[in-house]
Amino acid sequence: MTDQNVTKEEEVIAKLDAFAELPDAPPKRRIKLTWVGKASVAVVVFWLVIVAIGPSIAPFHEMDMEGDDGFLDAYSGEYGSFYLGTDYLGRDTLSRILFGARNTIGISLLATLLAYLMGITLGILAAVKGGWIDMGISRVNDAILALPTIMLGLIVIAAFGSSIPILIMTAAIIYATSVFRISRALGQDIMVQDFVEAAQARGEGVWWIIKSEVLPNAAMPLATDFGLRLVFVVLFISSLSFLGLGVQPPASDWGAMVRENLQGLTYGSWAAIWPALAIASFTIAINLIVDDISAKAGGSLAKKMV
Amino acid sequence: MMKQMVLQRIAIGFATLIVVSIIVFIMTSWLPGDVAQIILGQAATPETLAALRAQLGTDQPLIIQYFSWLGNMATGDLGISKAGGATISSLIGGRIGNTMVMAGLVALISIPISIALGLYAAMHPGTWLDRMVTFGTLSLISVPEFFIATVMVLILAVNLHWLPSTAYLTGNEDFFGLLKALAMPLITLVIVVSAQMIRMTRAGILNVMSSPYIEMAILKGVPRKRIILRHAFFNAIGPIVNVIALNLAYLVSGVVIVETIFAYPGLAKLMIDAVQTRDLPLVQACAMIFCGVYVVLIILADVASILSNPRLRQPK
Repeated sequence: MTDQNVTKEEEVIAKLDAFAELPDAPPKRRIKLTWVGKASVAVVVFWLVIVAIGPSIAPFHEMDMEGDDGFLDAYSGEYGSFYLGTDYLGRDTLSRILFGARNTIGISLLATLLAYLMGITLGILAAVKGGWIDMGISRVNDAILALPTIMLGLIVIAAFGSSIPILIMTAAIIYATSVFRISRALGQDIMVQDFVEAAQARGEGVWWIIKSEVLPNAAMPLATDFGLRLVFVVLFISSLSFLGLGVQPPASDWGAMVRENLQGLTYGSWAAIWPALAIASFTIAINLIVDDISAKAGGSLAKKMV
Repeated sequence: MMKQMVLQRIAIGFATLIVVSIIVFIMTSWLPGDVAQIILGQAATPETLAALRAQLGTDQPLIIQYFSWLGNMATGDLGISKAGGATISSLIGGRIGNTMVMAGLVALISIPISIALGLYAAMHPGTWLDRMVTFGTLSLISVPEFFIATVMVLILAVNLHWLPSTAYLTGNEDFFGLLKALAMPLITLVIVVSAQMIRMTRAGILNVMSSPYIEMAILKGVPRKRIILRHAFFNAIGPIVNVIALNLAYLVSGVVIVETIFAYPGLAKLMIDAVQTRDLPLVQACAMIFCGVYVVLIILADVASILSNPRLRQPK
């Protein structure tokens, strides 16, 4: 009798143990990066650190005209201290790149974050609420999406002039439209899942469902998209600066630096190449990380065979 | 079914154009504030202000202003440039041909190159050539257009002295001179546009390759080349045409940068100069042209993908 009880208890415990091994949530996908991905992460982290400490480690101030002449070669000058040479006004290129990181990456990062804040809020709201709210926001969104981004940027700057807050707001609103589209689609997919229905059936409120069901499930795809969006914003801002319509001189911005020093190319100066390389390294690295994450392991028979 | 969908897309396109015109109008005419006040300055008397407003039409309700602006634009009366006082239609007329020549040449060169390379990469996935193509194109689409342009100047103009670093046209070049002047902007734009198109072509074909009928073909032993050329390619034509139209639309932003960097006298350069001098009527007109072309190309892309989908040919 007691023996049987003991075995039964053991069985129950064993069953419970088996149950405990079942995860409550889908197992976290571990992201394995290739060496290219790891190197790219290092590059991105490097530039983010520069955004934080760049100005304090720069050998000169971004606006100091240290060289006696424009387009000095690297290692020239009194102390041989222009590691990357000087620009067209004799300012140290390295210092301007270190300062410029704050403008180029900082503005883009802020704009992307703002775009995400707006895009996700409206997108999830449209997905959860549906009806005329969804219709209204979606139509306006489609209209803005139907325009080339650079055109929108040019129109805004023609109307209001260029300043850093206007740049951030313009980029944020333009790119919020694509974030809206993605988060709305994701939200709609999640809202028809069984677990959401279950939550609705047990009477959870809208905010609880958004917070506990929708956002966690949308987080991973949105995080990947954030990288891509950041690249687009960096390209947008630096293109505007390159056109002379973004960050205004004498502040340093990588796009503006390329423009300023373009004529130096003819004299063999690399002052325009270094900032261009800085942008390229940052954006390529982010794209490689995103590519690495989204490359699916395995795949269909056809992909393996062909 | 198909006809209906195509007509629906065209209708949506028209609606989008209207919304685009509203956005452009509000941003450039209404938001910047009272033009009369800006022109006359602080010292203006109420009477002169009212007179100028009546002359400019800004005393009318916004909606009437919008429709008269739209009507003028539709009949080709684009107004007068604030800088210089020339009519905008003459300014644009002198530039638009240059931009169209460049865009046409870019399309002519980049479409065959992209389809060939995209197809080749999709036929040999995982080989070093495919990896080089994917890595190369990913890098190219991640960098700004002006980066590619700058590197091209450094290599082709500064180091090799093959080409001039600007594309300034005097108007009386011979054919060879014209080609030489156009080469730099052309090469840059072809690289930018092709990179995008190669990636999308490759992805489109690989996408078709993962469908069940291809799996069937593999299992019954059809050679790989035949599968791609006879089965996958024809089903990927729709997506590829879509890609081409989309990328020609992306040309819009590429053209803006490239015309500026090489001082090419096209429409985009005109618009950038207008933005810098805040010549709003000129910006309006240029923006409407660029946005209009963009929207039309996007509609073409949509219609192409509908037309190429055989499932929509028969009503259900």
